[in-house]
Amino acid sequence: MSDYLKEFPRDLEDEAIYILREAAAQFERPCILFSGGKDSITLVRLAQKAFYPGKIPFPLVHIDTGHNFIETIHFRDWLVKEVGLDLIVGYVQDDIDAGNVTEESGKFSSRNALQTATLLRTIEQNKFDACLGGARRDEEKARAKERIFSVRDDFGQWNAKNQRPELFDFLNGRIQPGENVRVFPISNWTELDVWNYIKEERLAIPSIYFSHQREVIEREGVLWPYSNFIYKDVDEKIENRQVRFRTVGDMSCTAALPSPAATLDAIIEEIIGTTISERGTRLDDKRSEAAMELRKANGYF
Amino acid sequence: MDVLRIATAGSVDDGKSTLIGRLLYETNSITTDRLEAIEKASQRKGIDFLDLSLLTDGLIAEREQGITIDVAHIYFNTPKRKFIIADSPGHVEYTRNMVTGASKADVSIILIDARNGIVEQTHRHFYISNLLRTPQVIVCVNKMDLVQYSQDVFNTIKQQFEVMAARLSKSNQSIQFIPVSSLHGDNLTKVSAQLSWYSGKPLLETLETLPVRESIQHKPFRLPIQYVIRPRNESHHDFRGYAGRIASGVLQEGDEIVALPSGRKSKVAKIYQHDVVLSKAKARQSVTITLEDDIDISRGDTMVKTAEKPLLVNEFTAAICWLNHVPLVPGKSYLLQHGTQVSKAKVQLIQYVEDPASLMRIESASTLKMNDLGKVQIRVAKPFAPDTYESNAAHGAFILIDEHSNTTVAVGFIE
Repeated sequence: MSDYLKEFPRDLEDEAIYILREAAAQFERPCILFSGGKDSITLVRLAQKAFYPGKIPFPLVHIDTGHNFIETIHFRDWLVKEVGLDLIVGYVQDDIDAGNVTEESGKFSSRNALQTATLLRTIEQNKFDACLGGARRDEEKARAKERIFSVRDDFGQWNAKNQRPELFDFLNGRIQPGENVRVFPISNWTELDVWNYIKEERLAIPSIYFSHQREVIEREGVLWPYSNFIYKDVDEKIENRQVRFRTVGDMSCTAALPSPAATLDAIIEEIIGTTISERGTRLDDKRSEAAMELRKANGYF
Repeated sequence: MDVLRIATAGSVDDGKSTLIGRLLYETNSITTDRLEAIEKASQRKGIDFLDLSLLTDGLIAEREQGITIDVAHIYFNTPKRKFIIADSPGHVEYTRNMVTGASKADVSIILIDARNGIVEQTHRHFYISNLLRTPQVIVCVNKMDLVQYSQDVFNTIKQQFEVMAARLSKSNQSIQFIPVSSLHGDNLTKVSAQLSWYSGKPLLETLETLPVRESIQHKPFRLPIQYVIRPRNESHHDFRGYAGRIASGVLQEGDEIVALPSGRKSKVAKIYQHDVVLSKAKARQSVTITLEDDIDISRGDTMVKTAEKPLLVNEFTAAICWLNHVPLVPGKSYLLQHGTQVSKAKVQLIQYVEDPASLMRIESASTLKMNDLGKVQIRVAKPFAPDTYESNAAHGAFILIDEHSNTTVAVGFIE
């Protein structure tokens, strides 16, 4: 059955490559925001194709919360070497130490929101005028409203009610000094499109996407990956479970999914059959109905 | 698998969100957690039905006011193809959002409330789909359950619509009519027993079988150059590739080409799709072309075939829609972007502003305000070689950009 869901529409690749080339042509200092997740890995592959046989004309930027899955960091370093890219890392810890931001405390604390300050500082220090990211419109309903070239003011803010119209294939990246554009080449892809692409292109991805044994804490029906970064109540139990991750954020905001899927085929089958949306495993989005829009308004990716 | 882009427009009351929600629900495209979230949010708002508009109204302001403000993008699949819906608000103050949402559409769905028939909004929706030359229009006569599934009501609306359509300029648009009830799911994914007098296909099957943009491959070859790839590394020392997405037509190895506006000629050496060499490429593919001669081509130039050369112009007439709250200033210098080319441009003359509902023309208009539609004469500083929108939509539209605010202020269609 459902074989039709396993085909990748090539039109989406052509569109993404078009957007990447526009970004390279219209901006002076663009970069790729790289989280180590499947969407940014897809973006790197698309950039390789867009500029072949030339080198990718942007560096990778990673905003490091310090609460990483170690597998993701290893993967990032391997990819940078393999593809021959420049890597710039912005550390959230630096902003905490400098007193720019204050760490959240308590049971549900996360460094997710703190990333924004580090991102904006990294953009300013490196004078980036465009940041390319792997966000997709099907992820979340505020993202569904965002443009492909999304202009942010010099505080990094997104003004949802006053976006530039985007007609036909025209992308208008003209900005004032200090402003910045977030560019989303895979806006029109769905989660399944990304997985089918990864399979067709035989892309390497971090091992945590595949089923493995991991220590977790079950809290309100959600499996939190256990680490030194997460708060544990005395009465909470650490269990060993067979899980995988469907999205990769930092360890304090990404829930694990009980899953036996150990291959790309099994993951694709699992996603076709799922009744839970992708961001349903993101603890950062569960904070409120408007969580994403509010974070974006403040400069979040 | 191909992708069909659909434009929908309308306000909450005409059942648009319910219709989209139904399509998603019946094609298993909404997950349980999203449905539950909508259920909870509906309860919080004190309504006792599932408010599917909450699925698409993604912004806080939209949920507060219960209206759609901006274009939302919605994705779903069936065994036949992938669908992207661009859903726009329907009110007059959002005309610009409708034009934006519909600009990429292969098909435009116009919803009519069977109890009310054709209203002011219907005129505007159809006017826009006609202006954009959207290849297919599907008119859904909705809420058939509230008119006892009456064939007479349906036929009357159909006739009225055809009369309205005949007032506008002729295009190759195909217009189909489908009676539906989105609340009860009649004729959306399944044929309805209540509508046994209707012999056509239900909405989803119609969408699955419409042709997708085949025609742009039969148009002249147009490649706006985005980027010149010059690796200057050891293995590709002399490589010089012209990268872009083919707007229309096809190209083969060995074809004679001309770069515009310079008029320099050469022959296609190779067509790359990243590391793969193609013997032939077609519209919508992103490619990199190498030529037999080293000629000067850069971003903003357009590559065409010698035999299909368009004329260079510096003055032309165009239909435009004004998109910005700051009105048009005739004689002021704007930037005109066509393909990847940008040139300074001035609106020399406003021929008229037209009301999309009454088709009344104001010929003495001194400006175009936000959401206004009209016809103007434009002069550009650098000659360029567009097609007319009518003959080749993929190479016949442009945008105007304000040089100071940098924002996109108008979209135009060359005549």
